[in-house]
Amino acid sequence: MATDLLEAGPDDAVDGVAARFVARPSSTAEVASVMTAAAEEGLTVVPRGGGTKLGWGPPPTTADVVLDLSAMDAVLDHQAGDLIVEAQAGATLATVRETVGKEGQRLVVDETLPGATVGGSLAAHASGPERLLVGTVRDLLIGVTMVRADGVVAKAGGRVVKNVAGYDLGKLLVGSFGTLGVVTEAIFRLHPVPEAQAWVTAPVADADEAHRLAHAVVHGQSVAAAVEVDLDESGRGTICALLNGRHDGVTQRASAVAATLGSAADVATAPPAGWAAYPWGSGAVGLKLTCVLSGLRDVLTAAAEVGASVRGSAGAGVLYAALPAGDEQAVAAATDRLRQACTAHGGSTVVVEAPPGLERSLDLWGPVPALDLMRRVKDQFDPDHRLAPGRFVGGI
Amino acid sequence: MTLGIDAVTEAARRVLPDDAVITDRARLRTYECDGLAHYRVTPALVVIPPDAASLAAVVRACHEHGVPFVARGSGTGLSGGALPHAEGVLVVTSQMREIREVRPDDQRAVVDPGVINLDVTRAATPGGYYYAPDPSSQQICSIGGNLAENSGGAHCLKYGFTTNHVLAAEFVSPQGDVVRLGTEAPDAPGYDLLGAVIGSEGTLGVVTEATLRLVRLPEEVRTILVGFESTDQAGAATSAIIAAGIVPAAIEMMDALAIEAAEAAVHCNYPDGAGAVLVIELDGPAVEVEAEYAEVERLCGEHGAFEQRLATDPADRALIWKGRKSAFAAVGRISPDYIVQDGVIPRTALPEVLTAIAEVSRSSGVRVANVFHAGDGNLHPLVLFDDSVEGAGDAAEEVSGAILDLCIQHGGSITGEHGVGMDKAKYMPRMYGEEDLDTMQLVRCAFDPGGIANPGKVFPTPRLCGEVPGRHQGPHPLQAAGLAEVF
Repeated sequence: MATDLLEAGPDDAVDGVAARFVARPSSTAEVASVMTAAAEEGLTVVPRGGGTKLGWGPPPTTADVVLDLSAMDAVLDHQAGDLIVEAQAGATLATVRETVGKEGQRLVVDETLPGATVGGSLAAHASGPERLLVGTVRDLLIGVTMVRADGVVAKAGGRVVKNVAGYDLGKLLVGSFGTLGVVTEAIFRLHPVPEAQAWVTAPVADADEAHRLAHAVVHGQSVAAAVEVDLDESGRGTICALLNGRHDGVTQRASAVAATLGSAADVATAPPAGWAAYPWGSGAVGLKLTCVLSGLRDVLTAAAEVGASVRGSAGAGVLYAALPAGDEQAVAAATDRLRQACTAHGGSTVVVEAPPGLERSLDLWGPVPALDLMRRVKDQFDPDHRLAPGRFVGGI
Repeated sequence: MTLGIDAVTEAARRVLPDDAVITDRARLRTYECDGLAHYRVTPALVVIPPDAASLAAVVRACHEHGVPFVARGSGTGLSGGALPHAEGVLVVTSQMREIREVRPDDQRAVVDPGVINLDVTRAATPGGYYYAPDPSSQQICSIGGNLAENSGGAHCLKYGFTTNHVLAAEFVSPQGDVVRLGTEAPDAPGYDLLGAVIGSEGTLGVVTEATLRLVRLPEEVRTILVGFESTDQAGAATSAIIAAGIVPAAIEMMDALAIEAAEAAVHCNYPDGAGAVLVIELDGPAVEVEAEYAEVERLCGEHGAFEQRLATDPADRALIWKGRKSAFAAVGRISPDYIVQDGVIPRTALPEVLTAIAEVSRSSGVRVANVFHAGDGNLHPLVLFDDSVEGAGDAAEEVSGAILDLCIQHGGSITGEHGVGMDKAKYMPRMYGEEDLDTMQLVRCAFDPGGIANPGKVFPTPRLCGEVPGRHQGPHPLQAAGLAEVF
C-alpha cells in the first residue's frame, strides 16, 4: 500500500518551482496514503497528470510533493449500452478514445495538447472545438472519486447520467487546478461516433467578417458541432464549421454551410491544420478570452489591435489568443485592452500561460466575482492550504 | 427562537409592503406544503419579496438572529424541498417574475427566479430560440425552483439538465450578501460555485436572477407514438435505437396501467391494447431527422411494434405529449392515492428492474404504474393505494422504498430529477458513504456555517457547523397523496 516518496529531479519542477519529492501512486488508496502522510508532515502537494498544462496558471508557492498520477492510467470500465466510461485520472484522453472507440463511441473532449490526461483536463477545464454542442468536461462528468487534503477518499455523482442526489462536487473540482482535492477516478457520459464528418473552411478578412459568418452559422439550422476561427496578428484568417451526422445529411448540410460562408468556402473530410490546438507556442503568452456572441466583433478587433493571434470556438464565445512574451508593460497593456473588451461583453480574460516571471507580475485572472465565497470553499476543503498553493484565483 | 422570528418579522416589515409579510395563521397554512403534500409544516413567517434587495434584507435578518429560512418558487417540487420550517421564514419568489432580457443573438435570457419555465420558451420562440429543460410541470414551475432542483425533463436526454443551461446568477448567500456567480459568457474564472448551487435544493442560498442559455429551435421535429405488447419489447427497442448511434431528443415509456390512466384523464388516444408505448421525438436538421426516423421505424418494427404513429401536425404532437406529461396527475383517475417515485438505473438494467418491480408489486398486492424517461433510465413508478384502507399507505411506502433499493443495487440513483428534499434524506446513506456525505458538508459549511438555509433537507444528519435540526420535521403520517397538482 505504501508509496515511496522519491527525491525530485529538475524535470519535476512545477512552472519553475523546484519540487522536493515525487510520489507515483498506483491506486486511490495509495493516493490517500500519500495525502495522509503529507498532511502529517505539513507538506504541500501538487498533482500532476501528463504534465501538459503544469505551466498554466501561476506557479505554486511551494511544491514539496509532486503527486504523479501517470501510473493510474487505466480505463476501468466501459459500458457501451449505457454510454458511460470510467477511467483513472492518469489515463490519457487518447487511451480513453481508443478503448471506447472500439464500440463506436467517443468521449467528446478534444485533445488540445497531446498526452493530456483525464485528471489534467478536469483540473484545468480544458476544452476544444466540440464544446459547442455537447459542452465541456464539466457537462460530461457524471461521477468522481477524489482524495481530500486530509487523505479522506470521497465520491460524488455516480454511474448514471441523470442524478440529482447530493451536491455536485464534480462541478467544483472541474477547473479547480488541484486546489480542492485530487481526482483519482472519473466517470463520463459518452456519445456515438458520427457516421460522417465534414469541415467547411472559408477565409475571413477581418473581425467584422468573422463575426458575421460565425453568427450566420450559429443562428442557422445546420447544427454545427464546432464553429472555429483561426486568425493571425492582423485579424485575417479562416473560419471553420464542423458538421457531424450521417453521410447524406453531412453532405447536404456542409453544402448549405459552404453557401453561407461564401464562394471561397472549401469542404474537407479532415480537420484543418491547428484544429483543437492552442495558438501559442512555448515561451509565448497564452490567454483565454470569453464573451457573449454579440461581442465577438469587439473582442476580435481588440485582439488585432494588440497584435494577438486568435484561435478558438467563436460559436461558443471562447477564444484563445497568443501574444509574444515581450516586455512586461506591453503584455500588461495588451491584457488590459483584451480584458476591457471581454468584460464589456459578459466575459473574462485569463492569462493561461506565460513565462514564470510574467506570471508573477501580471493580473492573470482579472476581476473574479464571489472570490470571498471561493476562499471559504478552499478553507473547508484544504484548511492548511497545502494543495497546489498559489495556483488559483486570488492566491488560493 | 420566538424573539428571533419577531425580530425578522420586524425587519421584513421595514423593507416589504404590508401584503408581502404574512403572519396570519390561516394564511400561513396555505404554504404548509409543496407538491409533496403528505409533509405539512406551517411556517412561522411567510415573506413575498418583490426584489432581490428586500429578499436579501430578510435573509440578512435571518442570519443575524439565527432564524432558518426556506426558499419557495411555485411550490411544485415532489420531494418536499420547499417544506417550510416551523420556526423559520418561508421566502416565496413568486412576485419576482420578470423576464428581464431575451437576447437570441447571444443565446441568452435573463430572468427573475419566479418566472415560469414555459414562459421563457414562449418569450424566446419569436426569435427562433427556446429554453431546453422541460420538466413535466413546466407550465407552472419556476426557474428558481428549477435551479434549486437541477430540474430535468423529457428532452434532457439530448440537451442536458438545468445545470447545463445556466451561465450566471445573482445569488443571496445565507449571510444576506448579494453576489454574482458565473458570467454571461462560458467558463467564468474561479471555482464553479454556480455548479454547486444548482441542484443544492436551497441549502446554499437563494438565486434572485438567472442568465439562461437559449437553444436554437430545430428545423424539424418528429414525434412518434409506438405501441408494443410488452415493456420488454419497448425496452429492447430503446436499447437498439441508442446502440444504432441515435440520440433522440426524447424517448419516453409508459406501461399498460399508466396508459389506462392517461386515457381516462386526457383521452390521448394511445394504441389499443398496448402493453407499453414509447414516445420518441427526433429533432435537428430535416435531412438528419428524415434518416433517423427511417431507422427508428425499422428498429421498432424489428422489436415487435404493432403500431407506429407519426404526429402529422402540432395538435397531434401536443396530444401525444399530453398523454405523457399528464401521467402523474392522471393516475388519480384510477387510484385515490399514489406516490410518485423517482429513481435512476443504468438503461441496460431496464428489463431486469422492471421485472423486479412487477414482482414486488405482485407479492405485495400494491399496484405500480410505470412512466419513465427510458432513454436515460430515469424511472417514475407510480405506487397506487387507497389511504382509506388501513395499512395501505404503509404498504405503498414500503413498495416505493423497495423500488429505490432496486435502483441503488443496480448502480443507479435515488433521484434523477425530483430531488432529495425532505422525502429522501434518509436514503442518502444508502447511496453514499459517510465520507462522501461528510465531504458534501464541507460545501455546506463554506456557504452556510450557521445552517440556516433550508435545514433538514437533502442530508440525513448534519455533521458539521453545528446545524440544529428542526424539531417539527420528522416524517409525518402519510396522508392524502394526490400530489402533482398541488401548487
